[in-house]
Amino acid sequence: MTLSFDVVVRERDVEVAFEVADGETVALLGPNGAGKSTVLAVTAGLLRPDAGRVLLGDRVLTSVGDGATVDVAPHRRGVALLAQDPLLFPHLTARENVAFGPRSLGAPRREARRTAERWLAEVGVDDLADRRPAQLSGGQAQRVAVARALAADPRLLLLDEPMAALDVAVAPALRQVLRRVLADRTAVVVTHDVLDALLLADRVVVLEAGRVVEAGPSSDVLTHPRSGFAARLAGLNLVRGRWDDDAVRSAGLAVRGQSVGPTPAAGEEAVATFRPQAVAVFREPPAGSPRNAFAVTVTDLEPVGDVVRVRGRADGTDGDVELRADVTPQSVAELDLVPGLAVTFSVKATEVSVYGL
Amino acid sequence: MARQRTTGLPAWVFVPALLGVVVVVLPLAGIVSRVDWGQFWPLVTSESSRQALLLSLRTSSVSTALCLLLGVPMAVVLARSQGRWLGVLRSLVLLPLVLPPVVGGLALLYTFGRRGLVGESLEAWGVDIAYTTIAVVLAQTFVSLPFLVVSLEGALRTAGRRYEVVASTLGASPTTVLRRITVPMVLPGLLSGAVLAFARALGEFGATVTFAGSKEGVTRTLPTEIYLQRVEDPDAAVALALVLVVVAIVVIGVARPGRGSL
Repeated sequence: MTLSFDVVVRERDVEVAFEVADGETVALLGPNGAGKSTVLAVTAGLLRPDAGRVLLGDRVLTSVGDGATVDVAPHRRGVALLAQDPLLFPHLTARENVAFGPRSLGAPRREARRTAERWLAEVGVDDLADRRPAQLSGGQAQRVAVARALAADPRLLLLDEPMAALDVAVAPALRQVLRRVLADRTAVVVTHDVLDALLLADRVVVLEAGRVVEAGPSSDVLTHPRSGFAARLAGLNLVRGRWDDDAVRSAGLAVRGQSVGPTPAAGEEAVATFRPQAVAVFREPPAGSPRNAFAVTVTDLEPVGDVVRVRGRADGTDGDVELRADVTPQSVAELDLVPGLAVTFSVKATEVSVYGL
Repeated sequence: MARQRTTGLPAWVFVPALLGVVVVVLPLAGIVSRVDWGQFWPLVTSESSRQALLLSLRTSSVSTALCLLLGVPMAVVLARSQGRWLGVLRSLVLLPLVLPPVVGGLALLYTFGRRGLVGESLEAWGVDIAYTTIAVVLAQTFVSLPFLVVSLEGALRTAGRRYEVVASTLGASPTTVLRRITVPMVLPGLLSGAVLAFARALGEFGATVTFAGSKEGVTRTLPTEIYLQRVEDPDAAVALALVLVVVAIVVIGVARPGRGSL
């Protein structure tokens, strides 16, 4: 079901237009107050815009300022909302929570119950069906919330920072679940997290101050950001390639790291990420080190706060892999770093996270 | 043994605090000391006592049901709507909470009484409310409704709207949301509100006597009976009063402050 969104909300100075193709997942990125929540609220029917249209498939959900006003009630839109907090109904068991959607849509009790159990199994918490929300951990509750949203059989799924309230320890597992269930679903994910954008979404739309400032396929936007916000977010080093012989391999590069979630199968697409602060810069390749070492040509030096960000092109990759290292001004002086210099970037395997795609 | 020290409280504060407790508790002790225990059972089960007690229970139950029927929608509207006039409306609705009951009774009389605002046309239809059991129920509902509304509105505001929003995006119609999410989530507040309303109805005296009178078996509720008996038969009055004290204690046990909003 294609979502077509083109809306003005004057009070919040939001003027946003974008489309989500059938079966596609789009990540909305942007700083706080950029208008991400406004977009979700308008799409879910919780906020009527000053002007504009929201179409889902060929059905008009909202239309203001152009002929007769249309504003379909939230419960008739087929748009489910998954928030940062699970918001499981506290007086119902996990199963009853998930069965709520099917029941509301008129399914008989037993059928709703079966649907609920199927979705609970799908997100891996079928053993918790009889528990009350108070007896669930944060990660378990969010899984039940995912099952509940999906059981309502929405034509469009909205996710508002679904992992923001979770422990870093349980977020990867839920991310895997979301990856699986979002695979062929029309969905919009609001997130602050580059990884969510990269792993969950096909495309990224970046909002700043109520306007779309950048849009495109996730890996393009995140590796070659044009907007300030995406650039700051994507300060992370990111190497995309195939998982082979315990490393993410991309033309001429092999990055070893620790896999987050299940280890990718050999030959499977994978991505390795690491922070610029974790990268050390050497004039000579360090001998006999267990670290990852990349031959890099320095392209650019830029002060960022009290460190210097060294950008470089990984040699032998046709220049399409840019790596970044944050080093102290003293190191820059000692190493005599200048653009064009050939150096070695080195990062410990323990500092590198690997995700299967 | 180690004990937590109560910090920040001057010692003298305990003197007026204790005095306050005495003001409230001592009269209870006073009435209990006057109970003629040998005659207690015969007194509270005498024909007139039994009639008054049953009438009170019946009318209070009906008015509590009416409070629920009218008060739940009122509380939902007050808690969930926005508007300039809502504040004014709320103040008006809560007026009986602070109005002297006898004034409420007069107001009812001049509205539903034979020559009242509405009563006149009602009489033309052959309906006469004043000095009937219906009047008792009306008076009790008038004074107890705000208790339920205040208690429930507080619970609704505390619960917030977020669960309702989620429920509606899952496809639930507003009626389904109200029935399956809103009301169940504020059930404790609803219960304590209903219990408070029942207690207030059971104890209602001023408005009832003014608007409904005290015809035995028809409008003579327990408080009216106690008031009439206190001269003729103080022992019976005291025994019946004790019944109401016990009911009040049970009510406070059920609707403890902190559970609801009152």
